[in-house]
Amino acid sequence: MIAAHAIAVTRGGQRVLDGIDLTVSPGTLTALAGPNGAGKSTLLGVLAGLTTPDGGSVTLDGAAIVAMARAERARRIAWLEQGARAAWGLSVREIAALGRLPHGDAGAGAISAALAACGLEDFAARRIDTLSGGEARRAMLARVLATEAEVLLLDEPTADLDPAQGFALMRVLRAEAAKGRTVLVVLHDLDLASRFADRIVLLADGRIAADGLPGAVMTPEAAGRVFGVRIGSDDLPRVLP
Amino acid sequence: MALSILTALLAALSLAIGQAGFGITDPAILWELRAPRTLLAILVGGGLGLSGAVLQGLLRNRLADPGLLGVTGGASLGAVLVYYYGLAAILPLALPLGGLAGAACAAALILAMAARTGTGASLVLAGIAVASLTGAAVAVALSFAPNPFALAEITIWLLGSLEDRGWNEVVLALPCIAAGSALLLGLGTRLDALTLGEQAAASLGIDVAGTVRRAAAGAALAVGAAAAIAGGVGFVGLIVPNLLRAQVGERPGALLLPSLVGGAALVLAADIAVRLIPLQQEMRLGVLTALIGAPLLLRLAIAHRGQA
Repeated sequence: MIAAHAIAVTRGGQRVLDGIDLTVSPGTLTALAGPNGAGKSTLLGVLAGLTTPDGGSVTLDGAAIVAMARAERARRIAWLEQGARAAWGLSVREIAALGRLPHGDAGAGAISAALAACGLEDFAARRIDTLSGGEARRAMLARVLATEAEVLLLDEPTADLDPAQGFALMRVLRAEAAKGRTVLVVLHDLDLASRFADRIVLLADGRIAADGLPGAVMTPEAAGRVFGVRIGSDDLPRVLP
Repeated sequence: MALSILTALLAALSLAIGQAGFGITDPAILWELRAPRTLLAILVGGGLGLSGAVLQGLLRNRLADPGLLGVTGGASLGAVLVYYYGLAAILPLALPLGGLAGAACAAALILAMAARTGTGASLVLAGIAVASLTGAAVAVALSFAPNPFALAEITIWLLGSLEDRGWNEVVLALPCIAAGSALLLGLGTRLDALTLGEQAAASLGIDVAGTVRRAAAGAALAVGAAAAIAGGVGFVGLIVPNLLRAQVGERPGALLLPSLVGGAALVLAADIAVRLIPLQQEMRLGVLTALIGAPLLLRLAIAHRGQA
């Protein structure tokens, strides 16, 4: 179980995160939503151990992640950055294999399973720079899955994807949660969040504005308060029949 | 594998070619002139090729060149000062020693910078600053050269050559380039991880700042020693990894050893060519590598015009 305790981050005199307490349970898919600049990516970076908070701490099963060895932390917490790209034309299999670096093994089984989960078996030998945006995103996701980490932190993995690709990717994440993993995903698409998440955490101005079941959080009132727009319930994202 | 055989063939050819004619005519010429020259071509080329591959991987940019580090400029300045003060006439080894000292000063500067920030981008910025500074200092030395001979000697040295280098130079270069290469060859998996960016590499448990420091130290050792011995031999570190990507694939870790061997092959071939081209004076090695390298670079630029 990964938990953030009183996380505070200040950048350039500006409070980006202000006293965040958040515990995410294994076996669940939690969506982190909120307007641009709310601090979602920063919070994810802090949970991944990539950003050192100015205050507070992150624990994994009670142990502080700052005290963990780099490789151990990397084996247990996998992080996918927003708009992840590969600088070189590696094959899809080579990209997925990078997920095994924290283990220091070939991990052929884990790599094959990750490629299969992302529907990339037929693309394994293809260079990532020859794939479509959606396929390349799935290759990046396969890299994260290949680590077999207990915590998956993903920053807007569905951005720029068409609805079908976005749905497919969220189904992969649901399956990972069903395996007992902790999945925390930053989503801008509130429809996807409502559809796939067990829990939605709304972040605004560096604080948690709402937290709970999708139906309880995604109310016109909360949307109006957090996103600064006035909408009737009819205008909330609709799910296709 | 094919590259290693090519390099071995080129090394054999390099031993057989010289002013005294083709083949092994005199064991003394072979041992005193051609053997150290051949060995130095391998060391210089290998160091430059490997450093280029590591820097390109570290910076995720196929246009990164060892010259960006500024240590080549440092070595040039050190050697130029030796000429300027006429020390080369007093002590034969003053030239490579001056080059090494200059490279060491430049390396200390960029390493201090890399230690402070720990990102590839800051390393390059520091390197470009050092390269500009040493370039300006070399220009000053040229402007105020004590006599026309010094001016000519400095200019010719800057063009790069392995002519008249002997075992003393090998003794100076070998430990530096071997140690630098050892540091660099161990960076394969870290460079693979950096394919995804510095943050993602950190999330995979890679010590990014440590990787930047080690790459800078290793490349500074190898490139600094190469420049101190051979002068300015450009384009090798830039072009060799790029030529090999088509054959070996683009994974940075897979390019390291082939780039070392390929760099050695390119400099051996160029150094054989400068001895074969019939001119009054030997053509300069750095001129030839630039003449070979520039068109190849243009071809690459055209091949990659569609990519970011």
